[in-house]
Amino acid sequence: MLESYIPIIIIIVIAVIFGIVNVFFSSLFGPKRPNKEKLSTYESGIEPIGTAHERFSVKFYMVAVLFILFDIEVVFLYPWAAAFINLESAKMLYSFISVSVFIVILLIGYIYVIKKGALKWD
Amino acid sequence: MSEFVIELLITLSKISVVLAVLLTGVAYSVYAERRVSAFIQNRYGPNRVGPQGLLQPLVDVIKLLLKEDIVPASANKFIHSLAPVISIIVSLSTFAVIPFGDTITIGDRVIKLQIADVNIGVLYFLAMTSLGVYGVTLSGWSSNNKYSLLGGLRSSAQMISYELSMGLAIIAIILMNGSLQLDVMVNNQAGWKWNIFLQPVGFIIFLVSAFAETNRTPFDLPEAEQELVGGYHTEYSSMKFALFFLAEYANVIISSAMITTIYLGGWQFPYLQDFGLPPMLVSIIQILTFVTKVVALVFFFIWVRWTIPRFRYDQLMNLGWKIMLPLGIANLVVTAIVLMLLK
Repeated sequence: MLESYIPIIIIIVIAVIFGIVNVFFSSLFGPKRPNKEKLSTYESGIEPIGTAHERFSVKFYMVAVLFILFDIEVVFLYPWAAAFINLESAKMLYSFISVSVFIVILLIGYIYVIKKGALKWD
Repeated sequence: MSEFVIELLITLSKISVVLAVLLTGVAYSVYAERRVSAFIQNRYGPNRVGPQGLLQPLVDVIKLLLKEDIVPASANKFIHSLAPVISIIVSLSTFAVIPFGDTITIGDRVIKLQIADVNIGVLYFLAMTSLGVYGVTLSGWSSNNKYSLLGGLRSSAQMISYELSMGLAIIAIILMNGSLQLDVMVNNQAGWKWNIFLQPVGFIIFLVSAFAETNRTPFDLPEAEQELVGGYHTEYSSMKFALFFLAEYANVIISSAMITTIYLGGWQFPYLQDFGLPPMLVSIIQILTFVTKVVALVFFFIWVRWTIPRFRYDQLMNLGWKIMLPLGIANLVVTAIVLMLLK
């Protein structure tokens, strides 16, 4: 069974080599005439003010945290989805009810998140 | 030669053919984008290099190779170089699980037209597309440029938001097939039983998410040139820039291939087996069917880009979290109920 993953390993290795070779290519063939102005950060022609490694909007953190929650939920649904159609009728209904409870709990959380305004962008 | 060596050689030749076709396809989708956009805007587009400008991609590659590679002094050098490599690794290796044909018989050997027939096909696709976020985020952060940072942040938030609805749309398909294997899904769509007819809502969710995942208009806020210059690749030049470009168009092709496989019947040509054609010809027609569907979808991607204006960021997030996510869950529940009633 594991040998079916060999092609994936090969293609990843080829992709890694392709990427690294290309990154080195650019510094190999191109001219090298650096100067202070060229190497400064681009900010539409004016002198850069401060660095970019500053604090940024907390919304992005909220989206990332919520993504983890909901993505784990989606991951939990995969095994059920793969097994569902092969179950016998009674077990099918049972599994569906269990998953419905799971989804309802999740929906309550989802409504809470919306009501709290965590996904509000303005 | 032992069996293992033969198998390895077949795999290597499949990989080289697929990667060659993919990279050529990428080069020509850039060309197609420029020509189609020119056509839509009533201009000519590149038409000087070779007949109809067909050699333009080649010239572009040479030009990018000979450009100076500028790394800003304030950037984090290592991560700045690492980010394009991550992007390209992810986009090149995702194609491994997509079946581009049924089987082809050469001599007495039956070869499966899919690089890796693993039983977790869909999960591999989702995992790889999630990894794509790293390339974008790291490039935005390491450039130490405000435009890049904003572009990278927007892009990562958008990609993870739409990944949820994409996953939910795929779960509905898995429910119907009872398998995560992509060639099982294609085999179940024989004739006209394409999933686009059985799962129209899921198809729309997946299509919209695919547009958002590839950062294309109407969801191209990460590189909204009017406000963010180039977005996350503002500080990139030469081949590093080319790698991002390559990755973006490779992602467009892979999304098209994935939509084809999951919703449009993959390599299935309806009622082909009834014509009594020789098996070699059948295999070739199936590959051509797959390629035609993918090309049509890539054209659709380009068409939408030059027709529909961009969303605002709050509209984009609302669409993802407040419309697509509940719609995906509803679609999932309805699919499960219908499947139970049918049994």
